[in-house]
Amino acid sequence: MFLQHLLNGITIGGSYALIALGYTLVYGVLKLINFAHGEIYMIGAYLGFILVSLLPALPPFFQGHLLFFLLIVFLVAAGLCALYGFYLEKVCYRPLRQAPKLTPLISALGASIFFQNFVMLTMGAKDRIFPQTVGMTTYTVAGVTGTPLQLAIILSSVFLMALLWWFINRTRLGVAIKATSTDPLMASLLGINVDTVISVTFMAGSFLAACAGVMIGLYYGTINFTLGYLGGIKAFTAAVLGGIGNVPGAMVGGFLLGIIEALGAGYFSAEYKDVYAFFILIAVLVLRPAGLLGKGVHERA
Amino acid sequence: MSDILTTDNISVAFGGVSALSGVSVEVREGEILSIIGPNGAGKTTFFNAVTGTFPPSAGRVFLEGKEITGKKPHEVARLGLARSFQNLKPFAEMTLLENVLIGRESHAVTGMLATLLRTRAFAADEERQQQKARELLAFVGLERRQESLARNLTYGERKMLEIARALALEPRVLLLDEPVAGMNPTETGFVMELVRKIRTQGITVVMIEHDMRMVMGISDRIYVLDHGELIASGLPHEVRANHRVIEAYLGGGKHAPTH
Repeated sequence: MFLQHLLNGITIGGSYALIALGYTLVYGVLKLINFAHGEIYMIGAYLGFILVSLLPALPPFFQGHLLFFLLIVFLVAAGLCALYGFYLEKVCYRPLRQAPKLTPLISALGASIFFQNFVMLTMGAKDRIFPQTVGMTTYTVAGVTGTPLQLAIILSSVFLMALLWWFINRTRLGVAIKATSTDPLMASLLGINVDTVISVTFMAGSFLAACAGVMIGLYYGTINFTLGYLGGIKAFTAAVLGGIGNVPGAMVGGFLLGIIEALGAGYFSAEYKDVYAFFILIAVLVLRPAGLLGKGVHERA
Repeated sequence: MSDILTTDNISVAFGGVSALSGVSVEVREGEILSIIGPNGAGKTTFFNAVTGTFPPSAGRVFLEGKEITGKKPHEVARLGLARSFQNLKPFAEMTLLENVLIGRESHAVTGMLATLLRTRAFAADEERQQQKARELLAFVGLERRQESLARNLTYGERKMLEIARALALEPRVLLLDEPVAGMNPTETGFVMELVRKIRTQGITVVMIEHDMRMVMGISDRIYVLDHGELIASGLPHEVRANHRVIEAYLGGGKHAPTH
């Protein structure tokens, strides 16, 4: 039974980690919690829903090559959400760059409410059911039951995280992101356009969140315009758990949170599934505010 | 010699306090120019105003005849004005090589797409940038530590890293903020030699410094700031004999030019 809960936990934890990365990346460069990030994840799920619903209308080629079709769904949804992220920063945060810290936070909440209502008005307030695309065949190995979809979700989240790691550590733009999060002024004095770096950071975070949104939509089958609220706050918890601003921390925090939730739901009570995340959030903030992999808040001289 | 960097009556005010008032400076191409003055005279504020870190509230700044007043720091840096800091700011969690490569960012020729696709042009360019970064580290004497993390460097080594990183921009003018503060005489001698070598590469050097052996030893000309105003300028021996300079240092009781 333990392994079963673990598998479920890892599946959902992968999505938490992907969303958490967006919080942590943006916090890294701007020292701002982008509270509208959960909404980007929700919009990703809706875009995934719209695209998957188009399948019956498409040429039979796509029905025959389902994996290829889903890859396109992911790319389009994530690409569009990257644009959402880009404009979110440009419209809601950039004009407030010099404002007191509380101002962009309020702007974030405003953006979040705007996105929720925008989706509610355009897509309806009722739950949307994802069309059944991937077969629900289950396989049982050593007492653990899983679906091919679960496996695909786990593999894709790991792949996306590896991609991000490569992007940050092995590309010039990634190194520029690292430099900007350490010291934005110094980075700009060395010729790095900090505005570009911030835009790219928002786009990368939104890309990952949208992927998580599509995954969750496919996995649970139903989505709702309030999805981003709970999902966002849980991913935020994961980011804080790992240490906000710390990229590996967000990955570890996401998986850990997913596993704790699954184990808690399995062994204690499934009714309290959502409570565990908040319990962890409080515990981390009280006992270890810097998070598991965080280095303390001493950096600012 | 023509002027490469000029300021025309620049002033900086923090709230009601004037930190710099009406400072006009002409830096000639290829010279080593020092800016001295008691603590709080506005020397670093002058650097901040010129590099766009804290733009001047009045006055104009020209680099190679083009106005750069109010441009953003990264634009100024790309136009050929690099600086080092008095308090050290290397990227602590990066290696020395990475630190210097950041400064090469603006000289990379291949774009984002080429980076993602790892094209041959990108690989060749990447190799060139790495080579250049290694040369710069060797130039400041840090070639054997290129894979160390910057936070593991000694104080003196960090100062050298800062200079290498600023040079990575291939600047026309290099601003050095107290390059030998806290260094022993041997290290100071090394930096003096380094600054001379930088000048022979065609880079103009403007330096804020308190170490008078260094200032008098290598400067072509000296500007003296006190209370945000320019009180003297000229050749080293002229400045040393200037009454107002002696007054500013001794009268203020803070620093003597001979320490």
